[in-house]
Amino acid sequence: MNLVLAAFGFLLLGAFLSLFLAKHIKILRIAGPVSVVLGCCAGIIPAIISIIRGISESLCISWQIPFGSFSIEMDPLSALFSIAILFISSLSAIFGSGYLRHYEDTKNIGIHWFFFNLLVASMLMVVLARNAVLFLLAWEIMSLSSFFLVVFEHEKAAVRRAGWTYFIATHIGTAFLFVMFLLLGRKGGSLDFASFHLVDGTGTVACVVFLFAIIGFGTKAGFMPFHIWLPEAHPAAPSHVSAVMSGVMIKTGIYGLVRILTFLEMPPPWWGWILVIIGVVSGICGVLFALAQHDFKRLLAYHSVENIGIIALGLGIGLLGVSYDNPGMAFLGFAGGLLHVVNHAVFKSLLFLSAGAVLYSTGSREIDHLGGLMKKMPYTATAFLVGSVAICGLPPLNGFISEFMIYVGSFEGVLQDYMTEGPAVGGIITVASLALIGGLAIACFTKAFGIIFLGESRSQHCDHAHEVNMAMKIPMLVLMTACVLMGLWGSIIFDVMPGVTGLLTKTVIGGTGDDFFHSYKSILLNVTFFALALIVVIVLFVYLRSRLMSRKHQANAVTWDCGYLAPTAKMQYTASSFAQPITRLFQTFLRTTRRISAPDGLFPKSASFSSETNDFYREQVYKPTFNAMGSWLSKFRQIQHGRLNLYIMYVVLALVVLFVWKLR
Amino acid sequence: MDISRYMAVPLGLIMAPFLLGVINRTKAFFAGRDGSPLLQAYFDIWKLLKKDAVYSRTTTWIFRMAPVIGLAAVIIAMTLVPVAGSSLFTFRGDLIFFAYCFGLMRFFTVVAALDTGSSFEGMGASREVHFSTLAEPALLLGLIALSKLAGSFSLSGMFGGLSGSDWMGAGPAIALVAIAIFIVFLAENSRIPVDDPNTHLELTMIHEVMILDYSGPDLGIVLYAASLKLWVLGALIVNIFVCAAGLTGAVGLAVFAGGMFLLAVIVGIVESMMARLSLLKVPQFLIGAGSMAVLALILVLRFVK
Repeated sequence: MNLVLAAFGFLLLGAFLSLFLAKHIKILRIAGPVSVVLGCCAGIIPAIISIIRGISESLCISWQIPFGSFSIEMDPLSALFSIAILFISSLSAIFGSGYLRHYEDTKNIGIHWFFFNLLVASMLMVVLARNAVLFLLAWEIMSLSSFFLVVFEHEKAAVRRAGWTYFIATHIGTAFLFVMFLLLGRKGGSLDFASFHLVDGTGTVACVVFLFAIIGFGTKAGFMPFHIWLPEAHPAAPSHVSAVMSGVMIKTGIYGLVRILTFLEMPPPWWGWILVIIGVVSGICGVLFALAQHDFKRLLAYHSVENIGIIALGLGIGLLGVSYDNPGMAFLGFAGGLLHVVNHAVFKSLLFLSAGAVLYSTGSREIDHLGGLMKKMPYTATAFLVGSVAICGLPPLNGFISEFMIYVGSFEGVLQDYMTEGPAVGGIITVASLALIGGLAIACFTKAFGIIFLGESRSQHCDHAHEVNMAMKIPMLVLMTACVLMGLWGSIIFDVMPGVTGLLTKTVIGGTGDDFFHSYKSILLNVTFFALALIVVIVLFVYLRSRLMSRKHQANAVTWDCGYLAPTAKMQYTASSFAQPITRLFQTFLRTTRRISAPDGLFPKSASFSSETNDFYREQVYKPTFNAMGSWLSKFRQIQHGRLNLYIMYVVLALVVLFVWKLR
Repeated sequence: MDISRYMAVPLGLIMAPFLLGVINRTKAFFAGRDGSPLLQAYFDIWKLLKKDAVYSRTTTWIFRMAPVIGLAAVIIAMTLVPVAGSSLFTFRGDLIFFAYCFGLMRFFTVVAALDTGSSFEGMGASREVHFSTLAEPALLLGLIALSKLAGSFSLSGMFGGLSGSDWMGAGPAIALVAIAIFIVFLAENSRIPVDDPNTHLELTMIHEVMILDYSGPDLGIVLYAASLKLWVLGALIVNIFVCAAGLTGAVGLAVFAGGMFLLAVIVGIVESMMARLSLLKVPQFLIGAGSMAVLALILVLRFVK
C-alpha cells in the first residue's frame, strides 16, 4: 500500500509542480511527463503483485467528512483496471511530451500537465476507493480534469461545444450515481463498500440500483444511447488525452458497473438480457457510425462505443451464466469482457496515438485528404496497422483472445441443456452479433488504414508529412509489442482471470474449481499454439518468397490504368466511396444526408458532393428533448431578473419557511 | 489415429487446384466446348512462379506481403478442418479460430488492393468487405446449428458427432445449414452468382479486380491460396454428408475426395445455369443464407432433443 500512496504522491506533486513551473518550459517539458511515469511505475507494482498472487491489500484512515472514510483497497479486480490505467497513462504522457511541442508557444502547458496528473491520480482513486463519498469525489475530479483536458484548444468553437456536451453528459450520469449510492447506503447502513454486500438481488431496490448503475456508469462508458459525448469529445481533445480517455477513462464506467454487480447477489435473468441488448446495439451501431465517418478521430471514438458494446456482451453473457447457473458461461463471459477492457485499452490507445502522429504531421483529420503516408511515415503506419488488425479481433493479436473467450462462453450457453432456451438464445445472439461486428470492423479498418496510409496522397496536407519524433515513437513501439505479446500469451494472462472474476462468479463456481479452470486453460493454450504457428508459417513463407524473388527481375511501373494516359491521385477510391455500399444497406439507422450539385449542361463548370452522418440519437432523441426542456424551463426565468432586493427577499422567505417547518 | 487424420492436409494441398479444373471442365461441357485440361490450374501456378514480377510504384511492402499472409492463414485453417470425421488438430472453439483466419486473409487482401491506389481495386475491395460482412454471420450461425446438434463446438467434434440418425431426426435443419454454407461458400470464393471468376470487368469487379495488379510469383501464390480456400470451405459442406454416413479411415477419405469432386461439378453446373446476380441483390442473397441458418437453429433448439 505504501507504493500506492507513493504513486498518489508523485502524481499530486507533479500536478502542482507543473502549475508553478508554467513559465519554465524546458523544465516543464520533463517534469510533467516524468511525474506521471514515476507515479505509474510506483502504482503498477502493487497492482501486478495483487493480480498475480490473487491477494488484496487495504488501507483505511478515518476522515472528517460525514459518512466518508479514506478507505482504499487493491484487489485483483481493481488491480486489472489499475494496470491498464497506469500503463496507458504513462505511455500517453511520454507521447504527449512530444505532441505538445506544437503548442508550447501558444498555450499554457503547465495547466495541461496539472490536469493530466490529476486525471491519472483520480482514475486510480476511482478503482481503489472503497467508500462512496471518496469514490464520488474521485469520480468528480476525474470528470472535471478530463473536461479541462478536452477543452485544451478552447479558442475553437467546435472544441467548446464538444466540451460542454461532455460536461453535461457526465454530470447527468453522476446524478444517477448519487441516487444509486444513497439507495445502497440506506440499505446497508453505511456508505462504505463493505456494508453494501448484503443487498438481495431480487428486491426492488436492487433492480433500481442496477438500472441506475447502467445509466450512470453507462454514460461514462459510452453505452448506446448514452454515448453521444464520445464522438464529440475524443476528436476535440489532444490525441494523447484521447488515448487516455478512450483507452482507460471510459473503462472506469465498466469498473463501476462490475463493482456494483459484486454487491448484488442472485441477478435475475433480465439484467443479463439488458446488458446483452446494450452490447448488441452499441456494438453494431457503433461500428456502423464509425464506418460512415470522414474524420478519423471521430471514427476511432465510435469504435470505442463498439468495443464497449463487446465488453457489455461479455458481461451480459456472464450475468446470464450466473442467473442460469452455467459456470462456463459465467466465467468466460466475465473474463472475456474484463480482458477485453485491457486489450481495448492497449490497441485503442495505440490507434489514437498513431492517429495523433498523423494529425501532428499533416494537420488534417479528414480521411479523404490523406493517402500514401506509408512511405512518409512507415513507423506510424505500421503502428496503425497493428492496432487495426488487433481491433478487428484477428489472430494472432490480442483482440482475438478476449473475443474468443466471449465466443466460447456463448457456445457454452448454446450447448447447455436447460429447461428454457434462455442461455442458448443469449449465446446465439452474441455469436451472431460478434460475427457481424467483426465483419464490419474489418470493413472500417481496411478503410481507415487503406485510405490514410496507402495509395497516393490526395491533397497537399501530405506533402510535408514526416515521421514523428522519438518521444512519440517509443510509446507506439511499446504498445505494438504489447498487442503481439498479449495475443501470444493468452494462456498466461488467463491464469489471473479466475482471481479477477472471483467475486462475480462465486455463486456458480463452487470450491476451488481447479479442474474447471484447467479445462479452459487448455483451450487458451491451443489458441496460443495456433497463434504462434500462424506467425511461424507467415515468417517461413516470407522467407521462402524472398528467396524466390531474389533470383528474379523486379520491374517497377505505374498501377494498371487500363490504358488511360493521365491518371491522377484524385481518381483513387475514397473513404466515402469505399464505405458507401454498407452505409447504404444500413441507411435506416445511419440517416446519412447527402448534398449533391450535379454537373449540368454540355460544359459543366462545377459540381460537388458531400455527405454527412450525424448521430441518430443526438439529432432525433436528445436535441428535441433538451429543446423542449429548455423552452419549458425558460418560463422560470421571470424569477431571475437581477434585482438584488428581491433576491434577498427570496432568501429571507426561504429561511422563514424552513424555520416554520422546523418549529411545526 | 487413422489415415484420414494425417492425410487431410496433404490431400488438400495437392488436390485443391484440381477443383478449379473440374469446375472449368464442367462449364465447358455445358457450353459445348472441350475446355482446358483438368490440371490447367497447376500449369498456371507453376508458370507464374517461374516468371519475373512487375510492381506498381505506388505499392509498399503490404502489397508484397499480403499473398503470403493469406496463404499462411488458409493453411492454418486447413489443419483444423476435418476430413471424414477427424482433423489434424482440434480444440474446443476452433471454429472461431477457423473463421477468423479467413478474416485475417481478407483484411490483407483488401488493404493490398487499396495499396495500389487504383479505383478499380478500391471498388473490388469495397464490395469484398461488404459481402463478407454478411456472409460471416451466416457461416457462424450455420456452424452453431451443427454444434448444438452434435453437442460439441470443435469442428471435428461437430462433424464427427453427426450421424445418420441426426439426418432422420433433424434432416430439414441439416439441409438448411448445408444450403446456407453452400451460399457462403459461393460468395467467399467469388463464384457465380455473387462474382464472376472469369473477368474483372466493372459489373463483376470483386475478387479478380482486387488482384489485378499482381504478377509473377505473387499472382501464383494468390491463385493457390484461393484454390485452398475453395477446398477448405467446400470441405465443410462435403463433411456434413460424409460424416453423417459414418465413413472414416481410407474409405472415408476416398468418399470425401469423391464428394469434393461432386461439389466442384455442382459449382460448375450452377455457374453454367445461372447468371450473376445484380450487385444490389447479393446482400439479399446472403441475408437469405443467414435466415436459413437461423431457421435451422430454431428447428434444432425447439424440436430436436
